Amino acid sequence: MSSMKDKCIIEGYTPWQETTPGGVVTSTGNAHYYKTGGWRAEKPIWLKDKCKQCLLCWPTCPDSSIPVEDKKRVDFDFDHCKGCGVCAAVCPFAAIDMVPEGK
Amino acid sequence: MAIRDKLSGNEAVAVAMRQINPDVVAAFPITPSTEVPQYFSSYVADGLVDTEFVAVESEHSAMSACIGAQAAGGRAMTATSSAGLALMWEMLYIAASSRLPMVMSLVTRALSGPINIHNDHSDAMGCRDSGWIQLFGENNQEAYDNFIMALRVGEHKDVQLPVLNCYDGFITSHSVENMELLEDNLVKDFVGEYKPQHYMLNSKQQIAVGPLDLPPHYFEHKRLQAEAMRNAKNVILEVSAEFEKMTGRKYGLFEEYRMEDAEIAMVILGSTAGTAKYVIDELREKGVKAGLIKIRVFRPFPAEELAAALSHCKAIAIMDKADGFNAKGGALFNEIRSAMYDGDARPAIVNYIYGLGGRDVRTNDLEKVYDALAEIVATGVVGDPYRYVGVIDANDVAVQAEAAAARE
Repeated sequence: MSSMKDKCIIEGYTPWQETTPGGVVTSTGNAHYYKTGGWRAEKPIWLKDKCKQCLLCWPTCPDSSIPVEDKKRVDFDFDHCKGCGVCAAVCPFAAIDMVPEGK
Repeated sequence: MAIRDKLSGNEAVAVAMRQINPDVVAAFPITPSTEVPQYFSSYVADGLVDTEFVAVESEHSAMSACIGAQAAGGRAMTATSSAGLALMWEMLYIAASSRLPMVMSLVTRALSGPINIHNDHSDAMGCRDSGWIQLFGENNQEAYDNFIMALRVGEHKDVQLPVLNCYDGFITSHSVENMELLEDNLVKDFVGEYKPQHYMLNSKQQIAVGPLDLPPHYFEHKRLQAEAMRNAKNVILEVSAEFEKMTGRKYGLFEEYRMEDAEIAMVILGSTAGTAKYVIDELREKGVKAGLIKIRVFRPFPAEELAAALSHCKAIAIMDKADGFNAKGGALFNEIRSAMYDGDARPAIVNYIYGLGGRDVRTNDLEKVYDALAEIVATGVVGDPYRYVGVIDANDVAVQAEAAAARE
């Protein structure tokens, strides 16, 4: 949690006297620090061999959880992927499988 | 030198808005507040202000546009009444909890149904816990003065809350009265520049307004919001004192009229206070020790101050121009009775619902209330405190006779 302080994030259970009026967030890019991977019920599996790197999955991901390096997608960011399955639905090459989380 | 003029309440408020020259006015017409944005839009068309006037498609959108403008760092204003305020409901809370100090004139009117466009306080009472500061004016002068002071109160760093400038529909909004306007430059200097701590058009600091606020945070933000409303009381007094230096017009949390030795008293919001003062003067001629408290600041509620001011009375009538529908009386009644609990004084307190949907409130109606208070003092019997005055009641022979005369 201490790493958050450099981004002006008010930590949970901060005394009311020290929080911001109306909950104004006084910096940007903080969603990165909030890990939502634990919300997942289904997990996407990237089938690298079937993937043609068309990158159609990348802009459809609502949580920016498909990182791209050197113009190619790499494996999912499971700290933030909520398992919504949109990427699997749009993939023209069946290169993403959805499997139950925890198996 | 002040400028003497003859204006309606709505005109006076529109003049105040012109003098303030806000950044954004977003409004949708609804009687009796319609004239405020109507007059103001003519100032925009004539180039007398720099304001961006947003003609929106509903009151929900009017309040939303004001929220956006204020969050961006501008001064936003609007006006509404009744069902228009009701349609803003969701956004009223968002304006207050996002701590956006805009100013809105609430030209008070009954809520439907059945449909009624005339004055009572159902709209103002309905939003009483939405987090807005609520000032009530008795007449055109007070509607104008309160509007100017509202900016300074809401924008104060210890407050940062939106303010409702409430005045009575038609009775105040459409009646023309002699009044004193301030010179444009005095108003401009008094309200000054709006300098918010955080605002969205600040290129040096990117912020997010109105974020998702989950259980580890929400409670603390509401607690901080509650503190702002507590702080508002002193800020209102400070701003009012400064206004008095400029104008000579004194404003407090409430006005006490002939209360020094009053044994029986009324507590009233809005224009009916003027009628009550006339009745009190007549009763005083007859030796009746009658008095009045006219509440100016309803939110924050000046509980301790009211309790102290009423403590020496023997019987009090709390006048509610909106029914409570809790089967126990109107909002003002319940709050004042609650305020009295913290003191040692135990005057008899009754509640009168009056003037709903624009029913005329005449001097003889208020005389009846003072007579009833005198009766309580004489007999010591309070009876049912939840009462009505001015309603046609099959069991009230005198009122039936008045109704018959009215039908003629």
